[in-house]
Amino acid sequence: MDNQFYETLFLTFKLAFVTTIILLIIGLPIAYFLAFTKSKVKPILETFVSMPLVLPPTVLGFYILLFFSPQSAIGSFFEKFGLKFVFTFEGLVLGSVIYSLPFLVHPIQSGFQSIPKSLIEASYTLGKGELQTFFKVLLPNIKPSLLSGTVLAFAHTIGEFGVVLMVGGNIPGKTKVASIAIYDEVEALNYDLANRYALVLFLISFFILLTVYILNKKVRV
Amino acid sequence: MIKLDFVKKVNNNLTLKVKKEIDDNEFIAIFGESGAGKTTILRIIAGLEKPDFGKIIVDDEIWFDSNKNINLKPQKRKIGFVFQEHALFPNMSVYENLLYAKNDKNRANLLLKLTELEDLKQRFPHELSGGQKQRVALIRALMREPKIVLLDEPFSALDMKMRESLQDEIIKIHNQLKLTTILVSHEIAEVIKLSNRVFILKDGQIIKDDKPISIFTKQKITSSFKLNATVLDIKDKENLSILTLSFGSNIIEISVSKKEAKELKVGDSIIISSKSFNPIIEKIKF
Repeated sequence: MDNQFYETLFLTFKLAFVTTIILLIIGLPIAYFLAFTKSKVKPILETFVSMPLVLPPTVLGFYILLFFSPQSAIGSFFEKFGLKFVFTFEGLVLGSVIYSLPFLVHPIQSGFQSIPKSLIEASYTLGKGELQTFFKVLLPNIKPSLLSGTVLAFAHTIGEFGVVLMVGGNIPGKTKVASIAIYDEVEALNYDLANRYALVLFLISFFILLTVYILNKKVRV
Repeated sequence: MIKLDFVKKVNNNLTLKVKKEIDDNEFIAIFGESGAGKTTILRIIAGLEKPDFGKIIVDDEIWFDSNKNINLKPQKRKIGFVFQEHALFPNMSVYENLLYAKNDKNRANLLLKLTELEDLKQRFPHELSGGQKQRVALIRALMREPKIVLLDEPFSALDMKMRESLQDEIIKIHNQLKLTTILVSHEIAEVIKLSNRVFILKDGQIIKDDKPISIFTKQKITSSFKLNATVLDIKDKENLSILTLSFGSNIIEISVSKKEAKELKVGDSIIISSKSFNPIIEKIKF
């Protein structure tokens, strides 16, 4: 029993970690694009990014099942590369990435928007391209937003329930994460174990958020 | 030699039309009310904004040509731009700000020495005064050895004393480094002090182009001193009118004939001149 407890917690954090890394890689360019574009597709992209905030997780889970099942075109395409998204860890990552996207993109986007335009233009007139300006001027000056976005995405992934249940099923050691385990144990009237999971999640979420708020106070903007 | 010849529609009420040539080492001031398009001209020269059509040629190098579809990026134009609000990178020290522009420690040290900022080079922008920030912004713009220095009202956030010392600094640097400088300003005193040629911009067009002193004094007044003042208040008193005027941080009251006062209204800019007849002079002691 103890083994499964740690296994489940490990899986939970592995999922949150992998999801956050992927989110940073795809979320930063999206946030940058949304912050500075004048393109007409901006509202559409913004809507897609924000959808998970209002959509029931089950809807998202359902669509992932539908579109990524081995019978579907997308699912069979990925299967050629040995990637399966239904009832697998990869599926959990996919679902979590989509579901936590707004939590990462929104703070970083508003961080970018709060940077005076003259800083960016100054960098350009000093001969620096967009990429260098991004890494040397923009990112270092939005540290608080970057931290909030990253931590919120991480914490939100730990707390995710609906999408994970729909897409992952409930396979111990593979797709069973802590939030689902709690539900499971309560159903089985196993309150002791449910309590342990709940307490761990509660404490971790509390300390993660506390750290962010303390750090954000200290970071010089 | 800079050749400007371009048109840009800024908004429904304002279309910029500029056709001018600027010689090397000139110090140009673009003067006009806010909203006249002064800053846009600088931004177009810098490549931060694109004209609708026309040409910009600097020393036979085409920076912009709508016919040939050439539009050099700001990065490729040899300019130094000083923004109204310094625009120093908050995450870098003074020294890092300079080296970011160009990794040339010798030049950075030279410029720091020239502006007497050597002691502050490890400081971060938030640890500097307004005047120091603007001086750093100025030398940062000079790091890449620009052909043209563009100053967008660099003194507007500074108090009188800092303004004057920065103005002296700019004249010194302009002469020492043999720069071509274009300054945007709406302060007459500043323009007279710094520039050797003024473009008066009104509703998007340069309506006058001359030496500052001949532009700002419509007719030659044979007086020994002049003050630029703004009318704050006009009061009638018996057969005279009392004008309350502000110039710089001073406010004075003078009396004029009712006829003279009739042509003035509150908010007008005027020139007061006086003949050198029995003025009171007192040496300022520090």
